[in-house]
Amino acid sequence: MTTSSEVYKEPEKKIGNVVLEVRDLRTYLYTKWGVTKAVDGLNFEVREGETLGIVGESGCGKSMTALSMLRLAPKPAARTVSGQIILDGEDILQRPEPEMRFIRGQKISMILQDPMTSLNPVYSIGNQMVEALGMYYQGEDNKGLKGRAVDILRKMGVAAPERRIIDYPHQMSGGMKQRVVGAMAISGTPRVLICDEPTTALDVTIQAQYLRLLKQVQADTGVSIIFITHDMGVVAKMCDRVAVMYAGKIVEQGELRSVFNNPSHPYTKALMASVPSMEHAHVEKLYSIEGQPPALFDLPVGCRFANRCEFADAKCLEAYPPMFQDEDGHTADCWRLEGQWKKVAEATT
Amino acid sequence: MADEILLQAQDLTKYFPVTKGLVLQKTVGWVQAVDHVNFSIPKGKTLSLVGESGCGKTTTAKLILRLEQPTTGQVTLEGQDVHTIDGDELKKYHTDVSAVFQDPWSSLSPRMRVRDIISEALIVNQKVTKVEAYERVDLLLEQVGLRTQQATLYPHEFSGGQRQRLALASALVGNPKLIVLDEPVSALDVSIQAQIMNLLKELQDSYDVGYLLVAHNLATVRYLAHEVAVMYLGEIVEQAETNELYDNTLHPYTKALFSAALTANPDSQREEIILRGEVPSPINPPSGCRFHQRCPYVMDVCSQEIPVRKEMAPGHFVNCHLY
Amino acid sequence: MATEGNVLELPKESSWYSPSKLKHYIGVAIKDYPVLWLTILFVVLIFPALTAPWTAPHDPLKQELSKRLTAPVWSTGSEDKPPSWSNIFGTDKQGRDILSRVMHGSRISLMVSLSALAIGGTLGTTLGLVSGYFGGWVDHLIMRIVDVFLSLPLILMALVIVAVFGPSFWTAIGVISVLLWSRYARQIRAEVLAIKQMDFIARARVSGASNTRIIIKHVFPNITNTLIVLATLQVGTVILLEATLSFLGAGIPRPNPAWGVMVADGRDHIASAWWIAVMPGIAIMLTVLSMNMMGDWLRDKLDPKLRQV
Repeated sequence: MTTSSEVYKEPEKKIGNVVLEVRDLRTYLYTKWGVTKAVDGLNFEVREGETLGIVGESGCGKSMTALSMLRLAPKPAARTVSGQIILDGEDILQRPEPEMRFIRGQKISMILQDPMTSLNPVYSIGNQMVEALGMYYQGEDNKGLKGRAVDILRKMGVAAPERRIIDYPHQMSGGMKQRVVGAMAISGTPRVLICDEPTTALDVTIQAQYLRLLKQVQADTGVSIIFITHDMGVVAKMCDRVAVMYAGKIVEQGELRSVFNNPSHPYTKALMASVPSMEHAHVEKLYSIEGQPPALFDLPVGCRFANRCEFADAKCLEAYPPMFQDEDGHTADCWRLEGQWKKVAEATT
Repeated sequence: MADEILLQAQDLTKYFPVTKGLVLQKTVGWVQAVDHVNFSIPKGKTLSLVGESGCGKTTTAKLILRLEQPTTGQVTLEGQDVHTIDGDELKKYHTDVSAVFQDPWSSLSPRMRVRDIISEALIVNQKVTKVEAYERVDLLLEQVGLRTQQATLYPHEFSGGQRQRLALASALVGNPKLIVLDEPVSALDVSIQAQIMNLLKELQDSYDVGYLLVAHNLATVRYLAHEVAVMYLGEIVEQAETNELYDNTLHPYTKALFSAALTANPDSQREEIILRGEVPSPINPPSGCRFHQRCPYVMDVCSQEIPVRKEMAPGHFVNCHLY
Repeated sequence: MATEGNVLELPKESSWYSPSKLKHYIGVAIKDYPVLWLTILFVVLIFPALTAPWTAPHDPLKQELSKRLTAPVWSTGSEDKPPSWSNIFGTDKQGRDILSRVMHGSRISLMVSLSALAIGGTLGTTLGLVSGYFGGWVDHLIMRIVDVFLSLPLILMALVIVAVFGPSFWTAIGVISVLLWSRYARQIRAEVLAIKQMDFIARARVSGASNTRIIIKHVFPNITNTLIVLATLQVGTVILLEATLSFLGAGIPRPNPAWGVMVADGRDHIASAWWIAVMPGIAIMLTVLSMNMMGDWLRDKLDPKLRQV
């Protein structure tokens, strides 16, 4: 084992056919304040070996999207009221609940932000992994499962997994725990891996290690990743395509470079401008979006960003804009694009 | 530019005992949280401590705020040792130095009205009437972008960004000379972060207040700080004026830390150095240079000798055997 | 690309968590609104406690031997002593009116529980605050004393204390307070330990607030919910304890009409005159039950962690 560090080279990417297609997904929460439209008509797709980033601020519905895809939105308050989630040609929203247990883990799997809540503190990580693996490899004995667990941990960059397997979660650092969570998430060889802010609780150098690992796993297995985050830097590093969410809707979607170099929705633009850069000195004041996002149970009729948008006019307040698209498949919901881009869908609210 | 020094930390050290045993507790080791740290903050300027969790930046902030007593070394505010003062001088210290904490949801007393939270430092330390204190509260609320009518509300009636504005107002109430900002924006949403960062800059200009900024987000630090000190395992390994440091990192740890930070630019061609392993335990830190086990440029001397502080460019200090 | 999503389940109106309206309202009355429990408490405990001297039909201590062991009005009774509306709940073996005694008994129960709660609660809360806030040897000392008190056999202790000081109203209150404070101290200490870690305490210390000020202004207001819930839940325990002590002759001295004393008096006649023991027994049961239900309800309502969605 060398103790030195090294300059890192990107693994090669192979992007294949569409694996997951989400159509008009709506998950509403029925609370005492009213109907909270946490996920309100989402459309996106993910290809094999591709990483889709879903960016947005807290309360924009991005985590609820992740939970809806696994059909784990908190009941009875949350309900997926419409939509299709087509995985390998099959709508998983139509599958009976018992079947979902096999779809979760083996078809779609998830890594959450806080590794502490994903691991059971009273079992060793070996125990927990063997239990998870037992569901996928039925009939295999404990020894075989343990061997598989060791292999997967090694794949997730855990040093000396034969020894770490008897450790309990509290004996591990945050980064190591998140690796174990990752190992458990990929242990069922899923087609789609949803990562909900997996590195937010980690230090930057550990985050860099972890993101590199995810890329390596993706290159090795061809898993599609849906990466949910609020950090534009992580998106720029990890994703092939980006969807920007605001107040329950995807307001802009497209190839990473296309969205980052040519943000077309005023919200995306403002979001990009309000992140300070560490690459050059600051002379001017940072751009800041004034005000707060609207409450999801009391949404305006028009564009949901209109009250904070510097370009908003009467039309924006009256009706939610339709979806416009440019030649490269870059889409955005904004009235200002009317005439410039092709209209591809009517407003969905 | 010869700035007037506001706060100075000299040889500041904090060790926490590690105890063992249930009845007769025995000290079996020391967590070397902060180890012989030196820095100073000029009047009206911002010094930022950056580093990863466990590097001692928060403990340093606590030492300055008198929330911890130093093991050795001292902190002086305008020449006075803050850990030995008492009486009226202590009261003056409590209005001169204030703090804003990371989590806006736990840093405001949930059962107190906003005006009582904001005016607390005044009421406790100065002979002011409630009317006078509340007048000051109204003024501050307007300055941080809130309305004076909101003075009688409770903290839970505000959003995260607004609560951080309240925390700022309460930090400003005694016309402080120094505010310790412990991750002031990291718990906020991106679009709110920019609002608070701009507010921090404005307030620094109008109050001529010094900031000690504890943060891990390097972009935030570049925007707010005048000078940056990089900490690793309780020690400052590199320190320089902000733009000098960001354009010319010297210490291998600083290089790795800066390369690991992600920018919102997909075409960024920065090389990425990935460090092996994790930060070692501060209970028995590595001998010599504390970074040598993870350092890509490690030499024989690194594990034996503690590197001394060298000035590589005016005001740019580094502790490394490479230089 | 506009696709008609296939509708899975459209939400109906707001009663999404209950299939039938009637069931829903019953559920609400029992669980969500403490109306039922408050009504019972008012009828059994509060109203009689406040007004017994004027509303009780008879003097609770007045013996009328001619009427002894009269059955309650709804039972058939015996030939020679027909039930009468004058003694709705019947009489005991000295001919004292059970209803009047139960009504006066509620006065005693309320007095004892409120006094004991006030004394024990104040002592326990103060020590819990001090213990949790300052920590260190103070905490160790207080908590070891608490441990000792929590491990004492309650009833035995009470009997010993009463044997020394003799039974009286104030001995009963004293004994119960002594037994109560340790629970308060432990609960409040745990709460304070959590609050002490919060940033607003650090902020107050940075502002130069003294320990006393921090405890009073910043810590105490945040434990009042716990105090209220704890007190409500403890009233039931205290009433039960008082009844037990009285039953054993170590509580309220005779001839005061304490519920526990009445149950004790009735136990010899349980086969022939069941009402003597059963009537105060029902009063105890209803009071304790509704107090506990109130406590649960308050805990749900006041605990901010459970108040969401």
